Amino acid sequence: MSEEEQAVTILVVVLGTILTRFLPYLVFTERRRIPQVITDLGRLLPPAVFGLLVIYCLRNVDILNPTQLVPTAAALVITAALFFWRRDMLLPMAGGTLAYMMVMRMM
Amino acid sequence: MANAKTAALRAAFPLTIPVCTGYIFLGITYGMLMVTAGFPTWLPIFTAAIVYTGSMEFLLVAILASSFQPLSAFLTALMVGARHLFYGLSMLGKYRDMGWKKPYLIYATTDETFSVNYTAEVPAGIDRSWLYFWVSVLDHVYWVFGSTAGALFGSFLAVDLTGLDFVMTAMFFVIFLQQWVRDGVCLRLVISDHMPALIGVLGSVLCLAIFGADAFMIPAMVTILAGLLVYRRVRRASEVRTSEKSAELMELCTEREGRK
Repeated sequence: MSEEEQAVTILVVVLGTILTRFLPYLVFTERRRIPQVITDLGRLLPPAVFGLLVIYCLRNVDILNPTQLVPTAAALVITAALFFWRRDMLLPMAGGTLAYMMVMRMM
Repeated sequence: MANAKTAALRAAFPLTIPVCTGYIFLGITYGMLMVTAGFPTWLPIFTAAIVYTGSMEFLLVAILASSFQPLSAFLTALMVGARHLFYGLSMLGKYRDMGWKKPYLIYATTDETFSVNYTAEVPAGIDRSWLYFWVSVLDHVYWVFGSTAGALFGSFLAVDLTGLDFVMTAMFFVIFLQQWVRDGVCLRLVISDHMPALIGVLGSVLCLAIFGADAFMIPAMVTILAGLLVYRRVRRASEVRTSEKSAELMELCTEREGRK
């Protein structure tokens, strides 16, 4: 990507984000009712989108290659275990990443 | 007036302490990730200030490092930001009559700032608009501060940070798990099971297998949206059927009561 292309990319990302934040205030006032499909999507999309983003992050992992599969799988398991243990956000992130960096170096 | 401002700031700061640790940790990682991916030091600081949504900024590292696909980047920002619609709808009432602060308050509605301001009980004698404003400003400052620190550390630190990018996977995985746990507990009426999460994962895996790593995002987003709309329709239909059934039951009961 050239610098101009990077600038355009950042700009569209900013625009997209701002749009989602301002839209409810621009379109819906207290008097105008919000279409049910919009409120439903506001609730249904997040779990689906974070599923998509997990897959996006893993898109380049070659599952037939153990040097890639093992650190990724180990780190995901540790992340999940830490999450269910403490129900916290930062601990599983730090622990999972550390595990990934260590197992990757052992392979 | 000056007193009202400082009083609100004093009330706002304690509310933001949990966000402070989180944002500084995440900001540092974001800054380090950007500079280790080869971007200049100012870029994470600049994007931290203007994009100002953690999850999208982590994605931005990967997006900027790949080929130029502005449409895909825009759609990703819309999909990732879709949850903001919900925040906006919840804050419509609270952010009314905020005057000149309103555009900034809306602009700065991250997940964390939303949850602090949404749940904040405004103490007596404290100006509501200044309290929301200071919470938003403080959170914004923590994020930019963390990103700056990370960008500076990252460019001077001589440690091998290969694999640090897993932090993005871990973050989305944890948010995914949080949603999963939450869907099993509350929001029973709208989502009583994990179908949306499954539609997200399976739709993405399917499109990844068909279109490959470089081109699967747009088809995956279309598939997920279509899947969710179908799922919503099916659910609505079954809800109508159950409510019709319960209406029939009610009628039956009242009829019996009448006969007695």
